Amino acid sequence: MDWVRITTPATDEDIRKLKAGDRVLLTGYIYTARDAAHKKLVELLDEGKELPFDIQGQFIYYVGPSPAKPGKVIGSAGPTTSYRMDSYAPRLIEQGLKGMVGKGSRSQEVRDAMVNHNAAYLAAVGGAAALIAKSIQEAEIIAYEELGAEAIRKLKVVDFPAIVVNDVHGNDLYEEGVKQYSQPM
Amino acid sequence: MKEIHVDSITAAVKELCMTANYDLGQDVVDAFKSYHESEASPTGKGILEQLLENAEIAKNERVPMCQDTGYAVFFVELGQDVHIQGGTLTDAINEGVRQGYTDGYLRKSIVEHPLNRKNTGDNTPAVIHIDLVSGNEVKITIAPKGGGSENMSGIKMLKPADGVEGVKNFVIQRVREAGPNPCPPIVVGVGIGGTFEKSALLAKKSLLRNIGERHADPEIAALEVELLTKINKLGIGPQGLGGTTTALDVFIDVYPAHIASLPVAVNINCHAARHKSVKL
Repeated sequence: MDWVRITTPATDEDIRKLKAGDRVLLTGYIYTARDAAHKKLVELLDEGKELPFDIQGQFIYYVGPSPAKPGKVIGSAGPTTSYRMDSYAPRLIEQGLKGMVGKGSRSQEVRDAMVNHNAAYLAAVGGAAALIAKSIQEAEIIAYEELGAEAIRKLKVVDFPAIVVNDVHGNDLYEEGVKQYSQPM
Repeated sequence: MKEIHVDSITAAVKELCMTANYDLGQDVVDAFKSYHESEASPTGKGILEQLLENAEIAKNERVPMCQDTGYAVFFVELGQDVHIQGGTLTDAINEGVRQGYTDGYLRKSIVEHPLNRKNTGDNTPAVIHIDLVSGNEVKITIAPKGGGSENMSGIKMLKPADGVEGVKNFVIQRVREAGPNPCPPIVVGVGIGGTFEKSALLAKKSLLRNIGERHADPEIAALEVELLTKINKLGIGPQGLGGTTTALDVFIDVYPAHIASLPVAVNINCHAARHKSVKL
């Protein structure tokens, strides 16, 4: 199976090319955000204020890394479960977010927002946190430092490995994969 | 009466926190390898390879195998001929967690209030279960538990008439509904019997077993194998992306129940089935 390379910020065309099941290597800057940070981002939008980073064409990685050891830019950094961000994600997709990386299935609302606004959802391998950290070359906290592991970080990634779960055509790898391999009991 | 100073408990707990998070048990590594052979999905095979590589990096570089270094859950077997000196056992364990999670660069994931959500900053307090046993030793086991898999657990008060079929249906239903969220391939802990809270504790404690270790009662052992086979036919597969490896193992523990009750609890563990023990 070939790897598809995506460089951020991604264009609409980049995203349209992705198909559920594709293995992707992401390169460029991506942003971390999880539960508490998402709440804050959506509150900013509700108040009509600017987000702490330009979200156009960007990818958000749902992660709360472990602390960096001395000499390292980041600790172990695998994906966290995405459904907890489902109530916030459609707002960010409407604002120009092109991709999300996490693990686990998304709500119908998020899937609809991806189809309607041309965005994709990728899974990274949950728990492969020491391995994934190898593809992160820089990490800088850019907002909400007080949130600790949940602060928003700007990560420079090179060949960050992920798998497309939801594409703009409405496919869902979780549903299709399970259908393909389920057996009668 | 043997005397054990709290400082030696703290030091042991500190080390346990780190090694449990860096060093995946050989039983789990071996299970990854053997399921890699049988896995039907190429994507699933690739994921198992990544998990093996990940475990190797974590062990060699002494970094956490998963960024979610978990709630520090302890099972302590306290010999009744032991006298703890210099403080309390609970304080000593919490101090070990504080030191281990800070000095070991482990993520602090505990909030001091479930509704206000302010991080305690040192991963304390631990959840500590103490069993008073005979003898003059203290056995301390840590089982760091990540939030993603813990959230997929469940408990149900079945009717006695639901019987073993009811138990099987509930366990399989929990795993099916959990899908990709708890980071499959999972380890499934099942507690049957006791009271509401006892069943949950049985389920969690069963997860301390090593992969492949069957229950001593042949009937329960057979039920474990049957459930494992059925769960692996669900098709969920590694990371829920489809495949034949959904669970590495199923462990069941049972306890006497009330004539009116059949509690069943399912505690799901991710593939990072972490647990380490020390005896003092």
